[in-house]
Amino acid sequence: MSSSSLKIAIVGGGLAGLAAAMRIAEAGHEVDLISVVPVKRSHSVCAQGGINGAVNTKGEGDSTFIHFDDTVYGGDFLANQVPVKKMCDMAPQIIYLFDRMGVPFSRTHEGLLDFRRFGGTLHHRTAFAGASTGQQLLYALDEQVRHWEVDGKVNKYEGWEMLSLVLDDHQVCRGLVAMNLQSLELKTFYADAVIMATGGPGLIFGKSTNSMTCTGSATSACYQQGAKYANGEFIQVHPTSIPGEDKLRLMSESARGEGGRVWVPKADGDVRPPQDIPQDERWYFLEERYPAYGNLVPRDVATREIFQVCLEGHGVGGENQVYLDLTHIPAATLTDRLGAILEIYEMFVGDDPRYVPMRIFPGVHYSMGGLWVDYEQRTNIPGLFAAGECDYSIHGANRLGANSLLSCVYGGFAAAPSAIEYAKNVERGSTETNGIHEAELRRQQEINDSVVKSSGGENQYKLHEELGKVMTDNVTVVRYNDRLKATDDKIRELQERYQNISINDSNLWATQAVPHARQLKNMLELARVITLGALNRNESRGAHYKPDFPTRNDEEFLKTTIAEYTAEGPTLSYEPVDISLLEPRERNYKKSSH
Amino acid sequence: MSTNEHVHKKKLTDPPKTIKFKIQRREKEGADARWETFEIPYRRNLNVISALMEIRKNPVTAEGKETTPPVWDMSCLEQVCGICTMVINGRVRQSCSALVDDLLLATGGNIVTLQPMTKFPNVRDLKVDRTRMFDHLKQVSAWIDLDGTYDLGPGPHISSEVAHERYVYSRCMTCGCCLEACPQYSENQYIGPQAIAQARLFNMHPVGKTEMDERLNGLMEENGIANCGNAQNCLEVCPMSIPLPRAIYETNRDITVNSLFGWLKK
Repeated sequence: MSSSSLKIAIVGGGLAGLAAAMRIAEAGHEVDLISVVPVKRSHSVCAQGGINGAVNTKGEGDSTFIHFDDTVYGGDFLANQVPVKKMCDMAPQIIYLFDRMGVPFSRTHEGLLDFRRFGGTLHHRTAFAGASTGQQLLYALDEQVRHWEVDGKVNKYEGWEMLSLVLDDHQVCRGLVAMNLQSLELKTFYADAVIMATGGPGLIFGKSTNSMTCTGSATSACYQQGAKYANGEFIQVHPTSIPGEDKLRLMSESARGEGGRVWVPKADGDVRPPQDIPQDERWYFLEERYPAYGNLVPRDVATREIFQVCLEGHGVGGENQVYLDLTHIPAATLTDRLGAILEIYEMFVGDDPRYVPMRIFPGVHYSMGGLWVDYEQRTNIPGLFAAGECDYSIHGANRLGANSLLSCVYGGFAAAPSAIEYAKNVERGSTETNGIHEAELRRQQEINDSVVKSSGGENQYKLHEELGKVMTDNVTVVRYNDRLKATDDKIRELQERYQNISINDSNLWATQAVPHARQLKNMLELARVITLGALNRNESRGAHYKPDFPTRNDEEFLKTTIAEYTAEGPTLSYEPVDISLLEPRERNYKKSSH
Repeated sequence: MSTNEHVHKKKLTDPPKTIKFKIQRREKEGADARWETFEIPYRRNLNVISALMEIRKNPVTAEGKETTPPVWDMSCLEQVCGICTMVINGRVRQSCSALVDDLLLATGGNIVTLQPMTKFPNVRDLKVDRTRMFDHLKQVSAWIDLDGTYDLGPGPHISSEVAHERYVYSRCMTCGCCLEACPQYSENQYIGPQAIAQARLFNMHPVGKTEMDERLNGLMEENGIANCGNAQNCLEVCPMSIPLPRAIYETNRDITVNSLFGWLKK
């Protein structure tokens, strides 16, 4: 078989998917790129602050090894270390590549790339393009992939949602089935390999910083077809988001990277406008408690502190909010380095953060967990690969800011050659003619038909709201076993009630009702993985915090949680973590030397 | 401390009990349009999207008639993906950043009118198909032609000034507001400001410059830059405040200069 005939399907057109598509096309192979939205509108656009890489241009003696150490330490030693090291080693060249693609990175006076600070490190390691770095990086890859599209190497299927994998009798992935979101037409995609790059599952929590496309539905479908899901319980709650009616809007960590300070009035119930409260009547609790890292402690630490301060009634106006203050920084500097995010705040809240401290509160942001992959981005299903937020491999128990854009691109760059290598060697046999694709399509059509026909009394949007509320209340910052158990009971109740939903749209053309119903089913399955993973991990590590088990317990839980689907619910098992490069040590951000 | 030059935004002090959303409905492309009005209780901090989500949950008109849920596109809800663009009270903009309080303040009433963009095929209700905007990017070769994506070291030195100027153009989210507002833009007639600004973005780059001819040729096709009537509506509606007329002016200048020196091989 000539290698030029390889066909690889990529699900998801964000940073990871486009990075993989570009590399596969460059290697001369063909890509089917399937995305629920035009790829240029993927959730990667929401990333704001920057991308990490130890380019060391500030005379600080930074190195890729220190980046690696910061990342593993920041992740509370739960990540397998070898892929993390590979990513950090590749980071400078990834930043340079984006520079060559024309990303308008912010630059120094000399015309070199500028770098700023971010959480969980003491180095200036974060390259940035104003405060819309994700948008800029995504566009750069979008442009390159469009070039390959013109050259005939990439076929885009935008407005298509993956429903399931096509697996043969040996559980080998041979392609997938997707649904057109306008016509509801189902189509089979034959592929020598499939790469999942579908991002995170934030919508399981109802309101989060995620885009409305981040349902985790496609990864859940893979899980239900036998893919292992790892460390699902590790959900990052970002310390600084802007509460809203429809979503929690992100306020980037770069606000603190540029000098932003978090505080509350020392006197509870102080009703004065923040500008009128004198310095010595403000409590800068992060700076006080963490002298070395101050406001730039990692996200899990900052989130818990803010959450606790509000729980104890010290929040601004007694409410769930604290100040994030930039007003001591000259307005022109702020506009230059953070303009995009300040505009978002002003647009949605009405106050200008250059002059009035922002009111923020933690919000669900990122999933460290995801599809299990080996060091070559291979899932346990032969022919199925994963990259980006939907894979679990890099961030351990807590992700450092500005490592997500990096891990997306790294994951895509690692998955592409791995998928090509696999596809070159896989025995195709009669997979294109033996009917397995048609059979899977029929199975999916039957599910669609039954969804359309279902006419019970339950409202699917209401069920989704209930899911979001129970998950946000019980499976985010602070976790108790009795409440986790109750949450799992609630999810199973919602699964029961799901059987009785009705589709409230008689017009099936471009309807949102059928796709949402299918996503909701998959969200419920994944919600159980997250909840039961949390229930069974009786320790505190990174973003996973249980007051009843307040310390990290390496003896019992320096392990990756693996969830496997059964009809009765997830079966959990554990596998050891690769600590071949760094000996686990206690995390302490009060002091500067790790 | 910086001096407080901040002017407080006007806030809605006397909100109505309910808000009416008058929505233009269309079952599919080519079907007749009709209007339906929905009434929901006023809540603080509503934006158009959260109102639509409320209506979608239980689609009953203000007159009590059961109907189908309105269909619209949404994704990031932070005005950076561009997908939720529609015409709100007669003005094209993103529905995520259209705050109901502001809309009510501006009109003084309690009615918000929602329509789909008119310059693109109307898929259903408020959803349109903007595929052709992405095709325009192909026409102007909106990319840097790389030797390869392997490790070739850093890119060219670029001054902070040029980086800033390019950044402004690079924020274009392909939302289509400029095309909706442009009196010259319609299918196949005129490529419009969006693609011209993207051509400018790449023509300003030290490496991108080498393909300037290709981009300018793309803009000299029949639907090209010559169709701009200089109405400058694009500048008014661009949510990213991109200086679109400047991009058009500078690109026209590049075309003139290049023609003068005979660099264009037409």
